[in-house]
Amino acid sequence: MALQSLDIKQRSATTTPSTQVRQTIEIAKLIDVSACIGCKACQVACSEWNDIRDEVGNCHGVYDNPMDLSAKSWTVMRFTEVEQNNKLEWLIRKDGCMHCADPGCLKACPAPGAIIQYSNGIVDFHQENCIGCGYCVTGCPFNVPRISKEDSKAYKCSLCSDRVAVNQAPACVKACPTGAIQFGAKEDMKDYAAKRVADLKERGYDQAGLYDPQGVGGTHVMYVLHHADKPDLYAGLPANPSISPMVALWKGFAKPLATLALAGVALGSLFHYVTKGPNEVSKEIEDEIEKEDAQ
Amino acid sequence: MTNHWVDIKNADLIFVMGGNPAEAHPCGFKWAIEAKKNRKAKLVVVDPRFNRTASVADYYAPIRPGSDIAFLGGVINYLLTNDKIHHDYVKAYTNASFLIDDGFGFEDGIFTGYNDEKRSYDKATWKYQLGEDGFAKVDETLQNPRCAFQMLKAHYSRYTPEMVTKVCGTPKDAFLKVCEYIASTAAPDKTMTNLYALGWTEHSVGSQNIRSMAIIQLLLGNMGMAGGGINALRGHANVQGITDFALYAQNLPGYLAPPTDAEPDLTTFLDKKTPKMLRPGQMNYGQNLSKWYVSLHKAWWGDAAHKDNGFAYDFMPKLSGASDVLSIFNAMYEGKVNGFLCQGFNPLASVANKKKVSDALSKLKYMVVMDPLATDTSEFWKPHGEFNEVDPAKIPTEVFRLPTTLFAETSGSFTNSGRVIQWRWKAADGPGDAKDDTEIMATLFLKLKEMYAKDGGAYSEPIQKLTWAYRIPNKPSPEELMMEFNGKALADVTDPKDPTKVLVKAGDQLPSFAMLRDDGSTTCGNWIYCGVWSPAGNLSARRDNSDPSGLGQTLNWGFAWPVNRRILYNRASADLSGKPWDAKRTMLKWLGDKWGGNDVPDMRPDAAPDQNVMPFIMTGEGVGRLFSLGLMNEGPFPEHYEPFETPLDNNPMHPKNPKATSNPAARVYKGDMEAFGKAKDFPYVATTYRLTEHFHYWTKQSKINAIMQPEQFVEIGEELAKEKGIVAGDKVKVRSNRGFIKAVAVVTKRIKALDVDGKKVHTVGIPIHYGFKGATKPGFITNTLTPFVGDANTQTPEYKAFLVNIEKA
Repeated sequence: MALQSLDIKQRSATTTPSTQVRQTIEIAKLIDVSACIGCKACQVACSEWNDIRDEVGNCHGVYDNPMDLSAKSWTVMRFTEVEQNNKLEWLIRKDGCMHCADPGCLKACPAPGAIIQYSNGIVDFHQENCIGCGYCVTGCPFNVPRISKEDSKAYKCSLCSDRVAVNQAPACVKACPTGAIQFGAKEDMKDYAAKRVADLKERGYDQAGLYDPQGVGGTHVMYVLHHADKPDLYAGLPANPSISPMVALWKGFAKPLATLALAGVALGSLFHYVTKGPNEVSKEIEDEIEKEDAQ
Repeated sequence: MTNHWVDIKNADLIFVMGGNPAEAHPCGFKWAIEAKKNRKAKLVVVDPRFNRTASVADYYAPIRPGSDIAFLGGVINYLLTNDKIHHDYVKAYTNASFLIDDGFGFEDGIFTGYNDEKRSYDKATWKYQLGEDGFAKVDETLQNPRCAFQMLKAHYSRYTPEMVTKVCGTPKDAFLKVCEYIASTAAPDKTMTNLYALGWTEHSVGSQNIRSMAIIQLLLGNMGMAGGGINALRGHANVQGITDFALYAQNLPGYLAPPTDAEPDLTTFLDKKTPKMLRPGQMNYGQNLSKWYVSLHKAWWGDAAHKDNGFAYDFMPKLSGASDVLSIFNAMYEGKVNGFLCQGFNPLASVANKKKVSDALSKLKYMVVMDPLATDTSEFWKPHGEFNEVDPAKIPTEVFRLPTTLFAETSGSFTNSGRVIQWRWKAADGPGDAKDDTEIMATLFLKLKEMYAKDGGAYSEPIQKLTWAYRIPNKPSPEELMMEFNGKALADVTDPKDPTKVLVKAGDQLPSFAMLRDDGSTTCGNWIYCGVWSPAGNLSARRDNSDPSGLGQTLNWGFAWPVNRRILYNRASADLSGKPWDAKRTMLKWLGDKWGGNDVPDMRPDAAPDQNVMPFIMTGEGVGRLFSLGLMNEGPFPEHYEPFETPLDNNPMHPKNPKATSNPAARVYKGDMEAFGKAKDFPYVATTYRLTEHFHYWTKQSKINAIMQPEQFVEIGEELAKEKGIVAGDKVKVRSNRGFIKAVAVVTKRIKALDVDGKKVHTVGIPIHYGFKGATKPGFITNTLTPFVGDANTQTPEYKAFLVNIEKA
């Protein structure tokens, strides 16, 4: 993961102020579900650019494959057959990190610098700082991060922060053959979405709309949906996502509890040490606890 | 394609039937999405399955596999009875007004001239009435009952919406809705593009499926128009190219008919094959056959081809019967073939009836497999558990594997579906001992030539005299080959109107097939490609994407055959006076002294509109054919016939005539008729297809494709699944009369049971792609199930409609 320190907006478990000298525009990826044909070119491009290969699995009686997000599959297509008013629809949604403006994963993360939010909106995991606690999984309202069984670290879509940092569109955008995945300034993406929504309304989708949920401050991956009133139809896309109250509690007024929880993590790490051997990051957690205690 | 990929963006209606471009052509399909986004175009899909294309369509209608002609015949009837045709176009640019021979007729599913023992027609009456001047008689009022228009009307009057529903199982309201969409493009300034692929060709009536759409497009006036046309989506980056270069052995390069023993000399051959002018003043461009054919002989045999020996006419092998893939494997099966050179081909997986193919390969003395990969075919002799149950001890065939380079490991050109030839550059060296196909073929040829020279042999002259002027004889370069088939002038080529004017100097590359001569002064290995390597160089390597018209014509990108023309029949995009039907999508217009516009004119450049030179220049009459004369083997009008394995007891259109149940002119080999299953044993209709995650039988060898779609599955509807106690994810066994496969069941709402002729018909969808060699989970070869019968014209096997049974494994 590229580290553009000038563009960091916030880091997990860090209180040092962010840099101010440079401003970047807010970007977004727009997934136009109405133009997506579920070809999985985005899945392939993601695997190829990031040089990760998931296991060759099995067919489970559906078109989806791999069946779920994993440490090695950062995006998957979810196929849903829906019948409404005697009309069949095959809704195909590209699932992956939404890059929330108010990222639950980052809020929940106790490891300093393991999760970064850039000023352009990308939320990125820095695995070298990840302690594998899984809090990001709990903190995510979209159930996106996955912990690797190989190295116990969390993984998810980086929105190709390395490509975006050098003015390249994410690999999935580049590979999409139908232009169903668009990328650019968030404002431009909203304008583009408005045109697509108008077109869908003309075609009889009265409830077409943009999915940019405000419960998480808006997202930097947005969807154009034919049925924006029923996002749940699209393989359970949450209608009103928000950060779990547990995380709010954790970062909010319950600092002592937080510390206690961190101590718990430390204890867990100790257990981890006993059962699995030394793990260098546990020292950092202890430092973090000391620091928090000192405040 | 009569049009090209980018042109799809110019359509008002994208009608997809017999194809699934979102699945099989996702990159080209972007132009359909562009048309939707930018032109408010509508996308309509008719298919047995609600597929990936249907998932983004405005309207979808289901259809029973193998009943497309009934549906399209219904559309023709709808257009005619509701008067939704482009009148001026039909009258001027089609043979609607042409009178048909009085002897021609049609009775209960059979056209005049049928011989049921030979399963073929005597086509003597399938022709126009000719006047004393030798030209076809016409009735411009279109009222004569013998004119093609009235006969078309009468023929399709039987295809009522009720009949369509009865035969196809398509609900009547859905059929009528599709008709309304199609009919909306009868307006002169509206166009429909038709996208089809193997869903139409892979039937025993495949060619007539496409003919049906050709009739519809002519009635609507959509041929020659931007955003119109009949567009075959080819299944491989270069399958158009290989077809142009005689993939079908019954053709010579450039679709020239090959000579047979019935034509003992060049004069007889040319006399027989050169089309006659059927209306006065037409271009009848086929009359130039002698120039193309003689130039081909000059390219192949150089100085050894001269006037005195009919340009080495005797050197050309004479076609001695069928040479399509089914006939070759049938001959092999009958023990009539010793050796098989299998180049870039995996027939065990891709030809119908795997058992028959495997038995056929087992009767060879030797097989040479040239391929970049270890294919299923190269291991047909090796047991792979239940996926390939064979006994190597009983297979004497010796197999040699010659590893070849892959397309990215050699330079050359691809010709895409839109006939655009694009040069590509080598990206990497091949691994290990891999050699280019050309090097292997050249080495083999030189060795044979040497052996003939040393040991003699019957009639070796055509081999000894074959032109072989490559710099490195065993490594002809792609550049040398393209220059060679483009052709050059052997002597100065002069202007026929002014012999003092030299058009091409001796030794120069030819800029166009208009320069070809039949006096031996030009060479050309494939007339339709002439101009691709002109005096200006390799035009297929051009990469200028400027598009001044905004219509996506990009005339300086690559080179389209013929003569860089992007839309065929483009003269028909303008009315008789030369004014475009739709000025916003001008292809061609008359500029007062010549034709101009946004494409290379498909017309003599100086043919003023008042000369009445009609747009379909390759026909002797200059117009598009509603009545196809004797070109099709099963009749001048498409008629619905059942697939050879039908779920019905008879053809609902001809219930009392068993001869008209299935295509009466389709060839069926001994033993194959018996191998057809009956509905009482195999009650479900099966259809095979491709998945977007894979490419034929190649990508099962690639890990990343294997991850995306790892294991063979079959798709069934919820109702059938319930009847059979099958749930999604269960292992099922699918049987046909030729064998069985096992796969995972995908249970879906996207395949519905249809009510056909009072009977409930379920469809089982079966993707191809899997086999016993590869990175995917080992699987069965889908073509274990498919029947060994093909289309009556092309012999393309009927992969898309046959019968199976299904049970939990």
